[in-house]
Amino acid sequence: MAGLKLLDERRRQVFEKGSEPADFEIACGKPSLSGAVSQRACVFCGSRVVLYPIADALHIVHGPVGCAAYTWDIRGSRSSGPELHRMSFTTDLRETDVIYGGEKKLEAALRQLIARHNPKAAFVYGTCVVGVIGDDVDAVCNKMSKETGIPVIAVHSEGFKGTKKDGYKAACDALWRIVDSGEVTGEEDGLGPDSSRGVRGGRRASSASGRSPSSELGKRPYSINILGEFNIAGEAWILKEYFRKMGVEVVSTFTGDGRIDEIRNARTASLNLVQCSGSITSLAKRMESEYGIPFIRVSFFGIEDVSKALYAVADAFKDNKDIMARTRALVSEELAALLPQLEKYRKDLTGKKAAIYVGGAFKAFSLIVALRHIGMSVVLAGSQTGNKDDYETLKEICDDGAVIVDDTNPVELCKYMLEKKVDLLIGGVKERPLAYKLGVAFCDHNHERKIPLAGFEGMVAFAKEVHASVMSPIWKFAPRMASEVKA
Amino acid sequence: MLLRHTTAESIVEREALTINPAKTCQPIGAMYAALGIHKCLPHSHGSQGCCSYHRSMLTRHFKEPVMAATSAFTEGASVFGGQANLVEALGNIFTIYNPDVVAIHTTCLSETIGDDCGQIASKAQESGKIPAGKVVINTSTPSYVGSHITGFSNMVKSMVTSLSESTKPGKDNVVNIIPGFVDPSDMEEIKRLAGELGVKTILFPDTSNVVNTPMTGKFHMYPAGGTTIEDLKATGDSKATLALGPSASGAAAKALDTKCKVPCFDLELPIGLQATDRFIDTLRRVAGVTVPESLNRERGQLLDMMTDMHQYTYGRKVAIAGDPDHLVSLVEFLVSLDMKPIHIVTGTPGKKIAPRFQASLDKVGRPVNLKVPGDLFHLHQWIKQEPVDLILGNTHCKYIARDEKTPLVRVGFPIIDRVGHQYMPTLGYKGAIRLLEKILGAIMDRQDAEAPEESFELVM
Repeated sequence: MAGLKLLDERRRQVFEKGSEPADFEIACGKPSLSGAVSQRACVFCGSRVVLYPIADALHIVHGPVGCAAYTWDIRGSRSSGPELHRMSFTTDLRETDVIYGGEKKLEAALRQLIARHNPKAAFVYGTCVVGVIGDDVDAVCNKMSKETGIPVIAVHSEGFKGTKKDGYKAACDALWRIVDSGEVTGEEDGLGPDSSRGVRGGRRASSASGRSPSSELGKRPYSINILGEFNIAGEAWILKEYFRKMGVEVVSTFTGDGRIDEIRNARTASLNLVQCSGSITSLAKRMESEYGIPFIRVSFFGIEDVSKALYAVADAFKDNKDIMARTRALVSEELAALLPQLEKYRKDLTGKKAAIYVGGAFKAFSLIVALRHIGMSVVLAGSQTGNKDDYETLKEICDDGAVIVDDTNPVELCKYMLEKKVDLLIGGVKERPLAYKLGVAFCDHNHERKIPLAGFEGMVAFAKEVHASVMSPIWKFAPRMASEVKA
Repeated sequence: MLLRHTTAESIVEREALTINPAKTCQPIGAMYAALGIHKCLPHSHGSQGCCSYHRSMLTRHFKEPVMAATSAFTEGASVFGGQANLVEALGNIFTIYNPDVVAIHTTCLSETIGDDCGQIASKAQESGKIPAGKVVINTSTPSYVGSHITGFSNMVKSMVTSLSESTKPGKDNVVNIIPGFVDPSDMEEIKRLAGELGVKTILFPDTSNVVNTPMTGKFHMYPAGGTTIEDLKATGDSKATLALGPSASGAAAKALDTKCKVPCFDLELPIGLQATDRFIDTLRRVAGVTVPESLNRERGQLLDMMTDMHQYTYGRKVAIAGDPDHLVSLVEFLVSLDMKPIHIVTGTPGKKIAPRFQASLDKVGRPVNLKVPGDLFHLHQWIKQEPVDLILGNTHCKYIARDEKTPLVRVGFPIIDRVGHQYMPTLGYKGAIRLLEKILGAIMDRQDAEAPEESFELVM
């Protein structure tokens, strides 16, 4: 690890598997160093990404214009119906508001917007300034909730109050208030959860008859919620199709292609699947302790993990043998279609090396396994928000010599990409140009992915995307890997 | 898509609410300006998210790595002040990233709690956190005042107030040019035009070869471009300053006049024939040079294209959104093409902005909707009330373009769904030719796509 100075404070956030001291313990989960060129975002960002896909809710950012402007429709969370979430609403606080308070402005904005758009609920994101000037956002929300009859929920997402993880927590608190607000019955509005809505393209006609009213918890047999699935590029629709084939009802997804009424009905499901665990485990735990709905951690990325996830669901409903039978049929059918397709990519990609830098570590686990399937090894892996257990797991599944980093920065990332001579980087928007400048292929596994990477067909899409970039003829023109990092 | 959320009837005045903003906040402008200093690391004094968002947005627009550091505020810092964070940050930055310059800008958070970055930087200096020969400048960019343009303006002004020096009684035969919040390709074009005229200039800030670097197989934390500290200091000895765009560049030019007695010339951005003429003419007069044939030829080519194609621009209605300096010149260019800019919106507030449109709007020959500050929801409502043939604006206008089946020519910031602006200018005669090519292409593509078969034309 010579050649580049590591800040002393960062020494405990980077290690090479096989060469780390015996007592090495990664110092993760701590705030970034002041002065770091960190790739991390803030509390607000965490809340915004979790809640934003709820398409029939009003999302208003209470603060100066920037926070709303930067998060306006930047995540490809698809909706099969309403698109209200793709609008950008902000109180656009000005200097006088910062001096005299922004409560009146917020109240007026909510009144006007709720009247015009008739949302099913409203989320009010408090930003840094709001936290400092002491606006009583809860009071305004309560007042407007009474006045308009819809849930108006304050999301306490002041940027400085921690890391992105704390934003996930604030989002889960907000979601909990919807979940715990009582079930919507079929008779109330004819919009009972209908697992066929939004399946594959979302154009399937919905059976609007609803279902029989009920307020009992966990009443719906063989039903699930999918937590931490944001329907990027329509991934939730792929998963819903699998569950439809298995005979398992999807009551709600949190929050991809999300609807307030479905989220309110989430408590009637018998099982929670938790995908993006970092963002939403706290909600699953709460639903378990309050409603007794068990949860399992799953990943829908990569062949093994998708199969494992589907079988885990079938296993949870093992009193119904048909579900297991249908699941077996589904998995073997999908695998039969998938494996020959992967073969051609694997032939070219075998022996290539990959680097992974993602938001949550859980995603990295799946990626490592998936890359192995197409012949690639991971020589550099890291995350913005992983915890100790995550890094232990990462260490276990990585090969010796792999570098593992927490909350890295561009200089470090480039240094290790060069040292490890990687052929591919998997990351997000800020990492893409780093890879390209070095002449390294890139695959977006974050908000800006345009193709679904979940499920069996997602694995093929992933292999295709990786193959297209790694094998691109453009690299023949690039002075590939000819570089040293200049800091 | 947004169609169903936008209604044509009764435009409601919205004092308390912005929908689909046509601006963003100050710090990103300051960060962009700072990238135009050679070997400078911009530093965001606030929460981590601000810095991350600005870098992401700039990366999306330029398709380039964008480096900047953050004070990474915690709850403690927001209660007790961010001094400790900033002092520590400066130490860390110089230790590991080793820039020549750190340009600090504030955020809504650090402004509201009242951090004085100048005083904190002095403290860092005293405690030895800033190595000898290294430069730290700072500017105040509260997000709740102005817009990203204001932030750009404030950072450029701080370059002058902290660095420009008048070292002698006489002035050098050098002209300062402040380009405004434009793309690196535009900055390159200004330098090329000055070069054609044979005028020695200092362009500041200069993001060319910083955020439009070639692919070399190397990652440079500090690319080759950017105005050097020596040049920034020397601006005080130049004989004049041309401020391109009063909103983004006026304040710095005025400050330089006050501080170092360098006379300033306030110009609109050289977009289109007339504004470029005024820029070339002013530069010629100030520097005492004559316009070479090469530039006359470029100008003549633009004029030739305008005349060749004016039957396609005549009377076309246009809706336009963007930053004030861009808009004023774009509207003038559209009017010179006999087009009708009928709906105009900028998100940037300011009492002095609207009057700058007046001379052009007087020539439109019909009432025009102008909103300062306004937002894209408002623009969309206007378009629903009176449709247009063309929309000019940033990527965010694509929702309106799609809903209203109206062609969009992308200009301004941010453009996050197309490329080209990194390398091809909008400024100058060449830039106007490119702009006109795009406008004509958009209008004629639509005509080709929608014309009934019998009136589908081969020759246009």
